[in-house]
Amino acid sequence: MSGAINLTLKIWRQKNAKEKGHLEVHNLENISTDMSFLEMLDVLNEGLTLEGKEPIAFDYDCREGICGACGAVVNGYAHGPRKGTTLCQLHMRHFHDGDTIVIEPFRARPFEIVKDLMIDRSAFDVIIQAGGYVSVNTGQAPEANSLPISEENSELAMDAAACIGCGACVAACPNASAMLFVGAKISHLTLLPQGKVEAGKRALSMLRKMDDLGFGKCANHTECEVQCPKEISITNIARLNREFIKASFGSSVR
Amino acid sequence: MKLDSKVPGGPLEQKWDKYLDDLKLVSPANKRKFGIIVLGTGLAGGSASATLAELGYNVKSFCLQDTPRRAHSIAAQGGINAAKNYPGDGDNIWRLFYDTIKGGDFRAREANVYRLAQISNRIIDHCTAQGVPFAREYGGLLANRSFGGAQVSRTFYARGQTGQQLLLGCYSAMMRQVSAGHIEMLPRREILDVVIVDGCARGVVVRNLITGEIEKHAAHAVVMATGGYGNAYYLSTNGMNSNVSAAFKAYKKGALFANPCFVQIHPTCIPVHGTYQSKLTLMSESLRNDGRVWVPKNSGDKRSPNEIPESERDYYLETKYPAYGNLVPRDVASRNAKEQCDMGKGVGPTGLAVYLDFRDPIQRDGKDVIERKYGNLFDMYERIVGENPYETPMMIYPAVHYVMGGLWVDYNLMSTIPGLFVLGEANFSDHGANRLGASALMQGLADGYFVIPYTIGGYLAGTFLSEVNATHPAFEDTAQQAREKIQKLSALKGHRTVDDIHRELGHILWEHCGMARSEEGLLKAKELIPPLREEFWENAIVPGGPDDLNQTLERAGRVADFLEFAELMVEDAISRKESCGCHFNVGYQTEEHEALRQDDTSCYVSAWEYAGKGKSPVLHKEPLAFENVHLTQRSYK
Repeated sequence: MSGAINLTLKIWRQKNAKEKGHLEVHNLENISTDMSFLEMLDVLNEGLTLEGKEPIAFDYDCREGICGACGAVVNGYAHGPRKGTTLCQLHMRHFHDGDTIVIEPFRARPFEIVKDLMIDRSAFDVIIQAGGYVSVNTGQAPEANSLPISEENSELAMDAAACIGCGACVAACPNASAMLFVGAKISHLTLLPQGKVEAGKRALSMLRKMDDLGFGKCANHTECEVQCPKEISITNIARLNREFIKASFGSSVR
Repeated sequence: MKLDSKVPGGPLEQKWDKYLDDLKLVSPANKRKFGIIVLGTGLAGGSASATLAELGYNVKSFCLQDTPRRAHSIAAQGGINAAKNYPGDGDNIWRLFYDTIKGGDFRAREANVYRLAQISNRIIDHCTAQGVPFAREYGGLLANRSFGGAQVSRTFYARGQTGQQLLLGCYSAMMRQVSAGHIEMLPRREILDVVIVDGCARGVVVRNLITGEIEKHAAHAVVMATGGYGNAYYLSTNGMNSNVSAAFKAYKKGALFANPCFVQIHPTCIPVHGTYQSKLTLMSESLRNDGRVWVPKNSGDKRSPNEIPESERDYYLETKYPAYGNLVPRDVASRNAKEQCDMGKGVGPTGLAVYLDFRDPIQRDGKDVIERKYGNLFDMYERIVGENPYETPMMIYPAVHYVMGGLWVDYNLMSTIPGLFVLGEANFSDHGANRLGASALMQGLADGYFVIPYTIGGYLAGTFLSEVNATHPAFEDTAQQAREKIQKLSALKGHRTVDDIHRELGHILWEHCGMARSEEGLLKAKELIPPLREEFWENAIVPGGPDDLNQTLERAGRVADFLEFAELMVEDAISRKESCGCHFNVGYQTEEHEALRQDDTSCYVSAWEYAGKGKSPVLHKEPLAFENVHLTQRSYK
């Protein structure tokens, strides 16, 4: 139930992509345990604003765990220590009075820091542009029920499609690999007959794009799965590898 | 000004097809000569951008977020309606049309709503082809569920994430066109103004949120799909960055604003926990299928709910509405919850909540049955509130959810500014005075995938547009005004935070222009808003400067617009001398406290014209003619 706690925050400040950043210490008192983590940061920012200082920049929008805008590394974990939870849905009741909390942006070479905790994840858009779609124009579609899809595959596709594109998987990975993100999209589309036609081309081109953008290789640390706020399974990476190998050896697409 | 809805003649069922037959076309070779700006990348803007690019137009697409995939359409949970009649339960286009028009309490245009119902089926076809993983039956065909009181099952869904999956469909279609070079994507841009040349919308001025640079962009037409203004109330289920600014700037440039007082308040949201609450979370309405709503009989009863004996509980909805009980429509449920809390019977730490209790259904059906039905919702509740709803009754309270009002558009979805088209929640067109569940996704996608691609062609082919680029003086004038406003905002170094002022505005609107409105309360709001606006311009604090990323400055710009727009909402509520749908004026109710429409005098769309700074806006009325449906009074007793 409701209570109030005092906290020490060590929080990353960085003016822009070019300047060097540092950890700044702030003490917060009387934080209601019913608050979300981002509301706690709001309180800090209101205080900073009243002192005439610049508030901490961080991305947010829906605050219900679906838009994928928010995210920071909290005490070493992407989106904080609670499993299957985005930062906006992490509540302060999971912290204790007197805790010190270290808050840093998601770090990976392809994700440049914009300001403080805010990062540039446009590399994800570039990966999707490389083939994360079914090539169908508006108006071309056949009657929806003309293509039955087994409930099992449909559910598996939905599991993968639940990815919110927040970038936690990349931040969690020691190699800064985007394999879980790419694997989720490849799985979503390959599991459905609509996506089969372009499967080979998609796997090759999305994976190559991922490499070009500077994301690392997968070394099966599985940290991505552990820290993913939507609990996307690493079996999606296995499916991606299978599709990639299939396309590399068995298809005419190069 | 004469409002011409441009609704074509002929029988209702044939209007759209006949209209398409006569619409002017732009040839494939000529489409690439036209540039179109699309503002917003939610379901309406995203689907419009993708489709216009597929057709060959040069599209420039703008959004506030870091990527188009984060537009707030993503948070829609329930589903999307279509008249497929897959379950064979008697649904058809007419029924979907009729339910939508009746649900809107007969304050929408027949022709627009009928077209929406006609298009609904093609949306499902297209989204399925894109790979949207809609729920399926074991046989592999698409599943449907019932929703929002309709007597048929016509709602398609992808778990509780239908909005997310449909938006990712739009997003992937957009990304395909970005890679094909037909869409230029400009994320992290705030729309500051629309540029008008020779009376037509020819571009926009935007602020690059990273660099602070004011940019000018020209095109042949502008499509605005910037969502709704629910955040005028500060707390709502909207994304925190949702705002009215683009639509409001268009209004100031001559686009009429329709029905601004039509705001839907959803009954089942997680209650406010304290001053620093930043947004409200919706819980699916389906919970009311089993949960029982109650408050303690005695006001000020602070015992924990499980200690309150049956005889001291007031199941007020079941008592008042024996036929529908806990399943009364959204507006009725919301109003009654507020009434109980106003009487001091509210529960929880703030006294602004009522119980939604699953004790009886768990005893009746067993915990596992309830868990199968509502498990994910119970988990969500526990995550946010920290209480287990299997053991302690849930607490719920109404919250602002969706706005039916928006910029006035004709049958082509064009505003009163030629060349400015408005789609999705940003326009007023299809939901009348109240929106039915699972209809917002349908409308956004209908507008973007299947209406605008045709009607914009008709406009471009039939209008002489001189060659204009961003060096035209109108662009620099508009940019200069925008720059001055930004300078003025970033010079604010007072003593009160922007959020604090916004919170106060929200409180005024919630109290006086919310679920139950009175002449007296509305006049009070009208009196309270201008001084608050003055205080904002004297006493707000905007730290930092305008030349780099500054989130307070972004919010300040939006709040400045809300502070002006709020007055228009109140003005509209005062002018509508009836109750209809979500607009409940206590002076117009039946003996059973239901909304009492005044069809003789109020069967119109209100459309407001900006008259200049410090002047009262001018009301224009578009009369609504119902040729195909009979106007009836709702009753849920």
